[in-house]
Amino acid sequence: MLNRRPDMPIYMDYQATTPVDPRVVEKMMPFFSEIFGNAASRTHAYGWESEKAVEEARTHVAELINADAKDIIFTSGATESNNLALKGAMDFYKDKGDHLITVATEHKCVIDTARYLKQQGKKLTVLPVQEDGTIDLEELKNSITDQTVLVSVMGVNNETGTVQDLKAIGQICRERGVIFHTDAAQAYGKVELDVEDMNIDLMSISGHKIYGPKGIGALYVRRRKPRVRLTPLIHGGGQERGMRSGTLSTPLIVGFGEAARIAKEEMHEEAKKLIEFKSYMFNRLNKELEEVYLNGSLEHGIPGNLNLSFAHIEGESLMMAIKGLAVSSGSACTSASLESSYVLLAMGKGDELAHTSIRFGIGRFTTKEEIEEATDTVIREVNRLRDLSPLWEMFKEGIDLSTIEWNDEHGGH
Amino acid sequence: MAYSDKVIDHYENPRNVGTLNKESENVGTGLVGAPACGDVMRLQIEVKDDKIVDAKFKTFGCGSAIASSSLATEMIKGKTLDEARELKNMEIVEELALPPVKIHCSILAEEAIKSAIEDYKSKQGK
Repeated sequence: MLNRRPDMPIYMDYQATTPVDPRVVEKMMPFFSEIFGNAASRTHAYGWESEKAVEEARTHVAELINADAKDIIFTSGATESNNLALKGAMDFYKDKGDHLITVATEHKCVIDTARYLKQQGKKLTVLPVQEDGTIDLEELKNSITDQTVLVSVMGVNNETGTVQDLKAIGQICRERGVIFHTDAAQAYGKVELDVEDMNIDLMSISGHKIYGPKGIGALYVRRRKPRVRLTPLIHGGGQERGMRSGTLSTPLIVGFGEAARIAKEEMHEEAKKLIEFKSYMFNRLNKELEEVYLNGSLEHGIPGNLNLSFAHIEGESLMMAIKGLAVSSGSACTSASLESSYVLLAMGKGDELAHTSIRFGIGRFTTKEEIEEATDTVIREVNRLRDLSPLWEMFKEGIDLSTIEWNDEHGGH
Repeated sequence: MAYSDKVIDHYENPRNVGTLNKESENVGTGLVGAPACGDVMRLQIEVKDDKIVDAKFKTFGCGSAIASSSLATEMIKGKTLDEARELKNMEIVEELALPPVKIHCSILAEEAIKSAIEDYKSKQGK
């Protein structure tokens, strides 16, 4: 159990990162000064004991997704894993084809890597999403050509918590003989994942999203039926089957492994608590406030993510009003060009709602008291800001805001 | 983003929030900005003998936008229409210590004042 720090806001940003579970820290501690050997040192006991710890962790990481431990490549995190998966596969299979398919709502590290590959001459298809954030499977089928090497679809969206139908996508990819990569940074340890059942060939995983340390992650790389090969990004001593050279960070790997072990043991029990908290918050906000919109879907969403838009109040001012809650907003009014969330826009949300979205993250250390306090705060501040909002007043007067001719040529946007 | 103490003060205790009767001959209403841009300001003035005797606002926008419009109503109260029209956005920027990325909020407040004065004038011209 972690106690809340009295000087800090309530932490509700579990999609950004999670605190390291104290049980994980405890497991890591001996691996800094005491058990410090290089896992690649084959000639003495220092190396052997580190190697043993690394392999144990690798097994824990693999077991959570029904994979073989040998299929796990340790990396610095999901960003590196996504880079390695996309660049590595597109390069290795360049004689097979030059086409990759991804989705408009992917994390920046997939989108930007895909754009980079396009600049390098590859062909790129970016699939749109439906209103709930899922892709249209027929559209995916129709996008695959004989030049397609790789399909990359994230498991769970970081902003909205939308879960994609990985099993159906995997089946399509397997039938068509293309590699299926999934960015599972937000899915791993949160929803059931099975690389065999879902026909996943490559999977990016992050340690710090599952109460493990930052700076460690993994890429699952299928070795059999079919064997997937990648051109490495980092060359050197040939660690990690030659796909990721560099001395392994034993303490981080041990922590990651322990976090995965705990997740496997506790995720179902934990999900029950998260769903209870999320339902409590969602139901009360809906009952006590009007015009609250869910971004994503209760049906296809993960338990710990509640992304809401509060119509007629602006996201940044709401963030400022609820500064006792550490949350994240889809609106980022930090530059002259005010940018709404590209994820929400891709889901067909209008600019107005995209500007007013707040992501409430609920996690392992969230308490009932925190959820109650957070809900009270949101209700109070949304009401206060709506009293300040001309749009709310017009809405209450029954004016259709879309019929107003807005003067939007000024204001630096 | 770090806001100045003055922005936070106006944001947490906004001055002159409210609505004047926009049908009244003595009231001018300015509505500027657009929801899609994340800022909409409505600023209203009540005029007697060419002087602004009351001003009210409501704003949809970030903290700086709310503070800019709150300060604008304070600044123009008691001024003549000509004096109010002379108010420059940089006065708001300086008073609130707005960072460069938030200067558009002050521009919007200046436009809201001018637009409210125009509305009042056009009513009087009828």
